[in-house]
Amino acid sequence: MKIGVLALQGAFIEHINMINKINQQNCPSLLFNQSNNFAFSNFKLQIECVEIRRPKDLAEIDALIIPGGESTVQGLLLRKSGLFNSIKKLIESGMPVLATCAGLILLAKEIENESSAHLQTFPIKVVRNAYGRQLGSFCSTANVGEIKDFPLVFIRAPYIKECLSPDVTVLCKDKDRIVAAQYKNQFVYAFHPEMSDDTRIHEEFIKAVFKYSSKKLLAG
Amino acid sequence: MNNTQQYELNKGLAQMLKGGVIMDVTTPEQAKIAQEAGACAVMALERIPADIRAAGGVSRMSDPKMIKEIQDAVSIPVMAKCRIGHFVEAQILEAIEIDYIDESEVLSPADDIYHIDKTKFKVPFVCGARDLGEALRRINEGASMIRTKGEPGTGDVIQAVRHLRKMNSEIRKIVSMSEDELFEAAKELKVPYNLITYVHNNGKLPVVNFAAGGVATPADAALMMQLGAEGVFVGSGIFKSGDPRKRASAIVEAVTNYKDAKLIAKLSENLGEAMVGINPEEIKIIMEERGI
Repeated sequence: MKIGVLALQGAFIEHINMINKINQQNCPSLLFNQSNNFAFSNFKLQIECVEIRRPKDLAEIDALIIPGGESTVQGLLLRKSGLFNSIKKLIESGMPVLATCAGLILLAKEIENESSAHLQTFPIKVVRNAYGRQLGSFCSTANVGEIKDFPLVFIRAPYIKECLSPDVTVLCKDKDRIVAAQYKNQFVYAFHPEMSDDTRIHEEFIKAVFKYSSKKLLAG
Repeated sequence: MNNTQQYELNKGLAQMLKGGVIMDVTTPEQAKIAQEAGACAVMALERIPADIRAAGGVSRMSDPKMIKEIQDAVSIPVMAKCRIGHFVEAQILEAIEIDYIDESEVLSPADDIYHIDKTKFKVPFVCGARDLGEALRRINEGASMIRTKGEPGTGDVIQAVRHLRKMNSEIRKIVSMSEDELFEAAKELKVPYNLITYVHNNGKLPVVNFAAGGVATPADAALMMQLGAEGVFVGSGIFKSGDPRKRASAIVEAVTNYKDAKLIAKLSENLGEAMVGINPEEIKIIMEERGI
């Protein structure tokens, strides 16, 4: 399995380290068994990460991670590098994507107080720098979907102000604000799971990628 | 929130800046140009280092009003400089909610012995360093990001190269040491043992490390990245050049694609005049020697 990590700017190494950590450890949640409808008990999955900078890097990836960083910079470089349209098409065709912080802003359909947005594949309205400047950055803990007590690290974070489709599932709220959501195969987090030691969100994502890839394989 | 969490958040912000270019700006207009060109943060200051050099005299923290105008003009993080050891300037910058304070040798030092105790602040600090010892001493004082000192305002990249190479070579040396040699290494570098063991185990500084000082072209920026910098500060190099907008965006793209020589060749075309620059041998004030 190959996961592309957008490497235009920001904390992309942290995501790659997370995947490598999962590769190294025997994550119980990644040992697929009958109850998950996978007949791969004891199957050890090796995941390869590919840094994405140019359109040619997108060949053969099964999923995409869009890291934290500055959304203005990444948005600009997405357009300049020629990646913009290819990535938008891949996501719209169903390729699983995990996006954190700036990545969430890049996927959002609408950005509050800004006339333009970026990839617009995720029907939500987001607020940038929603907690103010760096002094407003904070840590917290909450359940994220099925995952209990996940450490949340918010750094000059955005949040989701509005879901623009009934198909958006809210995965996590912090003080009544939506900070994680799922829409089809897209998973967005306003916080930074890649900055904690906890690999569970990435493991869940790998499972979703695996499901998607095997479905595609069966259909093809 | 406890101090450890705060420090992790502050180191985390530096991690978000990685692979990016932080640009010196002196007006809201320049800040907007920098943001549009793809700067991941701006450094708000009254005079860029080249002009500080030319003007001479005592150079201090910028007018908070001017910094606030720049904060209002852009959505990316805004940094500002305070003098080495001048903790009240730092308190002022924290009060106006700056995103990062640069305790900088570019300004006239306020204290020739002590740096600011940065652990007393909630706001993050970046500090300059010429070698591993300086870097770890600043980190021990609470810095959550390091940059090479370079020789600011010269447009000459030689010092930044020297500092980054030295730091990396010292890191490699620490990594290769046996564990019982680390106590002596800590003594020699005048740094705490726990930071030496971190470097020994991880082969890197415990915080993000940017290159700064004398970066003037896309090639300079890519050179620093290939030498292992995690991002680049560009001070005088942009707004002292012929076409700041074009040069700024070329440097941004060169930092992302720092191994792609073909692209950097294209980015280097027709950039207009680079800043004239001066050789560090020709200058009277050596800023890198401030605060060691």
